[in-house]
Amino acid sequence: MSYVRDVGALARKDLLLELRARDTLPAMLLFVASVFVVFHFALPGTPSRLETIGLLWVAILFTALLGLGRAFVPEREQRTFDGLVLAPCDRSAIWLAKSLATLAFLVAAEVVALPLYALFFHPVGAATVAAVVLADLGICGVGTFLGAMAVATRARDLLLPLLFLPLAMPIVVGAVGASVVGSPGRYLGFLALYDALFAVVCWASFEYVVAE
Amino acid sequence: MSSPSNPAAATIPQVGRISRIPLPALAAASLVLVATALVFVFFVAPTDANQGFSQRIFYFHVSIAITAYACFAGAAWQAFRHLWKRDPGADLKSYVCVHQGVIFGTLVLLTGSIWAKISWGRWWLWSSDQLVLFLVLFLFYCAYFMLRFSVDPGPQRANLSAVYALFGVVLIPVSFAAIRLAKDIIHPVVFTLHGPNFGGWILVTYCIAQVALLVLAYTLYRLELSGKRLDGRLRELKEVLA
Amino acid sequence: MLVARRLGKRYGEKRVLRSIDLELPPGGFLVVTGPNGSGKTTLLRICAGLAQPTEGTIERSLERAQVGYLGHEPLVYRELTALENLELYGRLYRIAERRERIGMLLERFGLWDVRHERVASYSRGMTQRLALCRVLLHEPDLLVLDEPYSALDEPGAELLDAQLAELRGERTFLLATHEPARVEPFASGRLALAA
Repeated sequence: MSYVRDVGALARKDLLLELRARDTLPAMLLFVASVFVVFHFALPGTPSRLETIGLLWVAILFTALLGLGRAFVPEREQRTFDGLVLAPCDRSAIWLAKSLATLAFLVAAEVVALPLYALFFHPVGAATVAAVVLADLGICGVGTFLGAMAVATRARDLLLPLLFLPLAMPIVVGAVGASVVGSPGRYLGFLALYDALFAVVCWASFEYVVAE
Repeated sequence: MSSPSNPAAATIPQVGRISRIPLPALAAASLVLVATALVFVFFVAPTDANQGFSQRIFYFHVSIAITAYACFAGAAWQAFRHLWKRDPGADLKSYVCVHQGVIFGTLVLLTGSIWAKISWGRWWLWSSDQLVLFLVLFLFYCAYFMLRFSVDPGPQRANLSAVYALFGVVLIPVSFAAIRLAKDIIHPVVFTLHGPNFGGWILVTYCIAQVALLVLAYTLYRLELSGKRLDGRLRELKEVLA
Repeated sequence: MLVARRLGKRYGEKRVLRSIDLELPPGGFLVVTGPNGSGKTTLLRICAGLAQPTEGTIERSLERAQVGYLGHEPLVYRELTALENLELYGRLYRIAERRERIGMLLERFGLWDVRHERVASYSRGMTQRLALCRVLLHEPDLLVLDEPYSALDEPGAELLDAQLAELRGERTFLLATHEPARVEPFASGRLALAA
């Protein structure tokens, strides 16, 4: 299907760009480690497993924001958005490809962050890992979409967290819930529902974000 | 409409009638309804056995909340019409709806806070679903304004605003579900804001308050919309004459 | 192919285009001139489909795949090589025999030897030549060129002259320039914009 090929070509471009620039992923890794250290000093006493799990999700959310803010930088700085918009491909392919690339970076950062968290604080269970996977999909899908919107404004980087955090609130609930509760099924299901719902909305409306 | 001798006149845009109900009539109706609602809330509705006189704020708190939801839904509807039907007036209508929604949303937070203080002695209750939801929505729609004022007026600003307004309407039920789910993981607290059991005069009073606020919201919407349209027309006139 | 009536564009309070009429038949070559700030770029962007007018109408009997646009920006990724950039656009435009076509264009515009180097290392003239490759890659029916000569070095300019000569008549051109004399031999119509 040509749509899949378009997404593939675009995602390949995004991954190539990051591999060459080598700035976003190392920054995310360093950021997550530093944030954990801050948490250690920010929490008086010995925090329980419950408390630190919340912090894990805060760390993931803000590390993701760091990466998302950089997502459309090449398109913005070099004005290559025009080139993509002129192409006959479906505009939503641009969003999907960028989301997948950002997802790859976020997962790469988490591959380091989760063991680091287990080292510094408490071990991580299977439910948490499942929650990470599902939450990542929502974070990258919605975050990339909003990133494209933010890039079209004057405020740019300033705007992305403001747009993103209210929308990320349900992800936090679902993710923390799944990590903490005995039977995480309900929360994981909620995360999946969020992902599916917003994926559809993003896919259907990206056209209007890029085309003038 | 266009006279060959004066081509400039042909391009002056006409302001369409928004609807058939004239604004002064609406304003009068709002005044009457709100006054009636106040009378009913303070004099007709029975005093709550548990919470006493202060519980009357519930009538306004809930009806303001429903009105705010209606504003956000209206904004999403106009946003949809802008994107789908390319209706030229829809973007402005959507913006005014969001503006009204935020005003009423702020009132929800204020009335909720006052109610919480009177009932439980605290200015904020995380356990009140309604309050937390409105806090999230308040943040979301404030970001709408930041987004809108960060883009120059034009088709792109209208598109971005419309898409964001649609996101908002999807967020409302999702956030509500999230907040309910969160109750299990967050330490359960006994403090809640209870409405009374509906029946008799209580229902009547609530309905009157609700209708009054909806009409008031619509009046303010029409007022702001005609004001903004006047601004737009003035700008276009300046252009043509320049 | 392209018909615009009373086209106008406003960015916020600033008016950029005022009541432009233009008609571009298939095979035509319209040269747009005007001082800086007269809205040439905006007009070309609207014609290419990158912007929407705020007043007036524009009819384009074209799909996106049939339009090639060269703006002030080359629209290539600086951290990718010439080959990678053209590969990307080649895939997006679903070009048959992609490899051959890319190779042919790179060679024609003298970029074959540097095809594996990042665009960031190119000179301005080379980047503009790559942009021309990008525009011609999918053999568009309508070429919208915004001051193509301004960033070109002399060899590049001669190559462009040769291309215009070759394609004149087969394709339709909308070209904005500061040096109308250079493209005068090709022009079938002229449009001068006032500031």
